Amino acid sequence: MSNTTVQNFSYRRSVFTEGIHDGIPIALGYFAVSFSLGIAARNAGLSPFQGFLVSLLCNASAGEYAGFTMIAANAAYIQIALITLIANARYLLMSCALSQKMSSDLPMIHRILVGFDVTDELFGIAIAREGIFDPLYSYGAMLVAIPGWSLGTALGVAVGNILPVRIVSALSVALYGMFIAIIIPPAKKDKVIAFLVIISFVSSYVFSYFHLFSEGTSTIILTAAISALAALIFPRKEEEENAA
Amino acid sequence: MQHNIYIYIFIMAAVSFVIRILPLTLIQKQIKSRFIRSFLYYVPYVTLSVMTFPAILYAGASQLSGALALLTGILLAYFNAGLFKVAVSCCLVVLLIGFIQ
Repeated sequence: MSNTTVQNFSYRRSVFTEGIHDGIPIALGYFAVSFSLGIAARNAGLSPFQGFLVSLLCNASAGEYAGFTMIAANAAYIQIALITLIANARYLLMSCALSQKMSSDLPMIHRILVGFDVTDELFGIAIAREGIFDPLYSYGAMLVAIPGWSLGTALGVAVGNILPVRIVSALSVALYGMFIAIIIPPAKKDKVIAFLVIISFVSSYVFSYFHLFSEGTSTIILTAAISALAALIFPRKEEEENAA
Repeated sequence: MQHNIYIYIFIMAAVSFVIRILPLTLIQKQIKSRFIRSFLYYVPYVTLSVMTFPAILYAGASQLSGALALLTGILLAYFNAGLFKVAVSCCLVVLLIGFIQ
């Protein structure tokens, strides 16, 4: 083996280890939040294995939660497809941003494997890293984040009914805590987003108060309507998008 | 009509997968339409807000504890406490209020 190959190998290994290192705090957070997601899965009638499978394959907090509310309501297949699409629409944007950071000759298999686990957090650490995107870094992070997320969900389904009600109700707000942690920091920087958060809270409350639609259907209608109106009234400029 | 749980799971997985890999594989160009870009930009914040409220009020032991968890979460997130801290603090608030009530 030539000297450069050896160096290259140890460099590659360190990128992978760096990914694992940065993935550990994410995995811990995922474990706590997915446990709470598991409680939602249990309420929808899923078994621990089914909960595990959903989290392993979907890797999405809001998307899975929305899906569980639909399953609980025995919704039509098209409805669950639609709500998964809406709740996960942000990943489309994140993948667009990530693709700009990839070398144009990055093989398709790496694009697919990395794309499988584009989440708010894993996208965040990958995009924050300097230079050309290195899939090995993401694989390192995924190696710890995926088990944290899927095993947490399975445990939430399994243990959710053994734990005292008091603990379960406390844990079930973890998921909303995660949502809050995603929406508030950008709302602080951007008044339009802050305004939209308030509008969303109020209209969601009104829809729920009058029981106009099921929870999942309300989410679809309100998201599509409010975001479309916002895009018409407050269209974004390119510079703003890059800054965000 | 009763639906098959594995078909539900398959649909969720397929949609989640396709939405993520499309921009990385097929659409490698930037989306041009300003309306679509703005729409996609706003969707996550709106959908997460809609799902959080009022659902958080009914997730805790009482509406009061849910409301306090929401306020705590907003305050902490405002002062940049990360995901894990915010989520755990919300849980602790509900737990604490549960002991008092």
